[in-house]
Amino acid sequence: MTQSVVVQVGQCGNQIGCCFWDLALREHAAVNQKGIYDEAISSFFRNVDTRVVGDGGNISKGKICSLKARAVLIDMEEGVVNEILQGPLRDVFDSKQLITDISGSGNNWAVGHKVFGRLYQEQILEKLRKSAEHCDCLQCFFIIHSMGGGTGSGLGTFLLKVLEDEFPEVYRFVTSVYPSGEDDVITSPYNSILAMKELNEHADCVLPIDNQSLFDIISKIDLMVNSGKLGTTIKPKSLVTSSAGALKKQHQKPFDAMNNIVANLLLNLTSSARFEGSLNMDLNEISMNLVPFPQLHYLVSSLTPLYTLADVNIPTRRLDQMFSDAFSKDHQLIRADPKHSLYLACALMVRGNVQVSDLRRNIERLKPSLQFISWNQEGWKTSLCSVPPVGHSHSLLALANNTCVKPTFMELRERFMRLYKKKAHLHHYLQIEGMEESCFMEAVSSLSALIEEYNQLDATRSMPVEDLPRLSVAV
Amino acid sequence: MSIVTVQLGQCGNQIGFEVFDALYSDSHCPQGLCSKRENEVYQASCKERFFSEEENGVPIARAVLVDMEPKVINQTLSKAAQSGRWKYGQHSCFCQKQGSGNNWAYGYSVHGPRHEESIMNLIQNEVEKCDCLSGFFIIMSMAGGTGSGLGAFITQNLQDHYSNSLKMNQIIWPYGTGEVIVQNYNSILTLSHLYRSSDALLVHENDAVHKICAKLMNIKQISFSDINQVLAHQLGSVFQPTYSMEGSYHYRRNPLGELMENLVPHPEFKMLGIRNIPQMSENSLAYSTFTWAGLLKHLRQMLISNSKMEEGIDWQVRPPLSGLPTLGKVSLNRELHFNTSIANLVILRGKDVHSADLGKQKLRAYIHQYTKFGIEEEDFLDSFTLLEQVVASYCNL
Repeated sequence: MTQSVVVQVGQCGNQIGCCFWDLALREHAAVNQKGIYDEAISSFFRNVDTRVVGDGGNISKGKICSLKARAVLIDMEEGVVNEILQGPLRDVFDSKQLITDISGSGNNWAVGHKVFGRLYQEQILEKLRKSAEHCDCLQCFFIIHSMGGGTGSGLGTFLLKVLEDEFPEVYRFVTSVYPSGEDDVITSPYNSILAMKELNEHADCVLPIDNQSLFDIISKIDLMVNSGKLGTTIKPKSLVTSSAGALKKQHQKPFDAMNNIVANLLLNLTSSARFEGSLNMDLNEISMNLVPFPQLHYLVSSLTPLYTLADVNIPTRRLDQMFSDAFSKDHQLIRADPKHSLYLACALMVRGNVQVSDLRRNIERLKPSLQFISWNQEGWKTSLCSVPPVGHSHSLLALANNTCVKPTFMELRERFMRLYKKKAHLHHYLQIEGMEESCFMEAVSSLSALIEEYNQLDATRSMPVEDLPRLSVAV
Repeated sequence: MSIVTVQLGQCGNQIGFEVFDALYSDSHCPQGLCSKRENEVYQASCKERFFSEEENGVPIARAVLVDMEPKVINQTLSKAAQSGRWKYGQHSCFCQKQGSGNNWAYGYSVHGPRHEESIMNLIQNEVEKCDCLSGFFIIMSMAGGTGSGLGAFITQNLQDHYSNSLKMNQIIWPYGTGEVIVQNYNSILTLSHLYRSSDALLVHENDAVHKICAKLMNIKQISFSDINQVLAHQLGSVFQPTYSMEGSYHYRRNPLGELMENLVPHPEFKMLGIRNIPQMSENSLAYSTFTWAGLLKHLRQMLISNSKMEEGIDWQVRPPLSGLPTLGKVSLNRELHFNTSIANLVILRGKDVHSADLGKQKLRAYIHQYTKFGIEEEDFLDSFTLLEQVVASYCNL
């Protein structure tokens, strides 16, 4: 069994990370009734005897003493991390795994990347090496950050290069929160484009998310629950969004519901690697199957179901509904339109009591309405995990490598150009040592190249499928 | 004579468990139509072939379990131990921490050489426990990374080290609508390598077995364990002891040898298919009767019309090749027939797989994942060429 380390950078990253750890603990508590430290838990947690001072306290088997998250928390201002350390999750984090500063990055990518990157490079390396040493077999780094700010965006992407150099064999999965149209940070287009260049070059796989979609999902759930239309079949508190029964009992903070969705995404992504099932899918298989060309590693994710049904024995119709929902725009974590764009590959990760015949039937049913690229018509990757998520009897996570991310990127480029043409706010960046106008131009051209690749694939849609000649062999 | 089974990857291990379970339950089934003495002889023969004895009488399967990540092997071992009737040897499994990631190149070029010695040692141990080795039965899938890549590597190694023993590879052809995106690449590479080093390739398609489960066995929600049980049933009937010409109470001693002798006359034509009847759910068993003649007639019809099931036979047929010996057991019937139907399968699916592959390859899609581990484009080209040759030779028949 392999281990993964979560690196949470910036305010957004740390807040999402906090929800993630909370949910992970709940999930393992629900599955692991006997309190034995097994391989599934070891993928994200260490078992430590806290009575031992220093590093010798690692216990690899037997009863759970004290679980420590395999995480590194980085933020350039102290507010968020302090709150985590004073909250109910304080015992889960090792105080030696934090890197904080006081002043913050001022929503400036250059400060995050160049200034703090240089300042904290050694410390970051040391913490990462430490966490890697605690792992038997480290497979993946999960980086959580936002693209619009300064720390998450700048320092977060600086990290990617460090990870690539130091741990070339370990996968880098990045969960990036993209700024929505009405973002309150004016310089977010600059930060995002500069960060995109790093993501293009150093990430193995990126799961883009935007706040607007998350917000829409929350509103939809609230509507469903409050309208009472579905009667007694829906439980009032959706466990996807609420932390009901969790450690935090105080009133929920505004972003909590949205962050819980992202936390669910990460847990479902790794479920088949942690738990048993009849068709397992490891993290390296995600990268192998969904990334046909190294540059095109942006995956659109959608999660179902979003609300908990009171009925445990789900009839087939409901199950099929789950599959249809996964391909509807309401359940996506980023605003895009995959149904009208070209699919390069698609992965379906199912959890719970779902069998292969249900999977096959639904793929057959949904295939005609989806456009797959000509050379990957059967481009489905499937996995079945027997352990359902907390509070649901089954769930589905769909990851699609689809050209529908192109409009999102183009819009981002638009916003960037509007600011850049007027050189607005540029001086904040250029006064940082190491930043020049060429950095901006390089970043834009990197993004344009990416958009061009998607364009070329889209163009093949209208071309007739040519029958490739078979090799002729002398018999 | 004994057969050593090598189970590779998730698919191989899951199927392998069901096969041993089926073999054991069949041989110890309380109802039987033969006399007691016949049953005892049969049991002894079956046992010797697949299980070795342990101190407290619990039979141990003659199997080596290999997987690159621990979950499936742990599950398989505990399921076997839980049944209480038979189990796997404690030291017959080999397992690593991180899987092959559906990457044939990783399985073949990285895991293969790295773990060659340990795995071959395990196999050596199993072989030494046998009085007389008939050959190897290797169970693997073609779509994944471990089963396909590592499987190809191991088969090659067995060819080098045990060149006098026969090897039969049981390969699982993935669903046509895709279970793994790079399954076409993995399948092509596997087939081409196996063709050079294996003695016979027994092919099962997930699609076909799925249909059998759906139509004939009336299972509403088909799970992989249902599919595997059907497969185990079919495989069991291939390997279970059959009467030899000397009359009853004497079982054929060399299962693999006899099969190969009759079914693989020419090394160019190695692919085999199974037709097994009757296939039905336990409930309908009480309402059906069989006669030997009826079963044989059905079987011939299935062969001629190239169908895998008794129902839905499509009657557009071409003149077939002559049949080969039927090996029968008391109440089951299956025929292992080398004929044009497998050829058709290879040609048809080969066409789909090829065109999908050529399309992908033209754009070099996913190739970077394979070149990372040392499989270059020439290797792909070699594989294509070999398989085209196979398809061409079958076409010529």
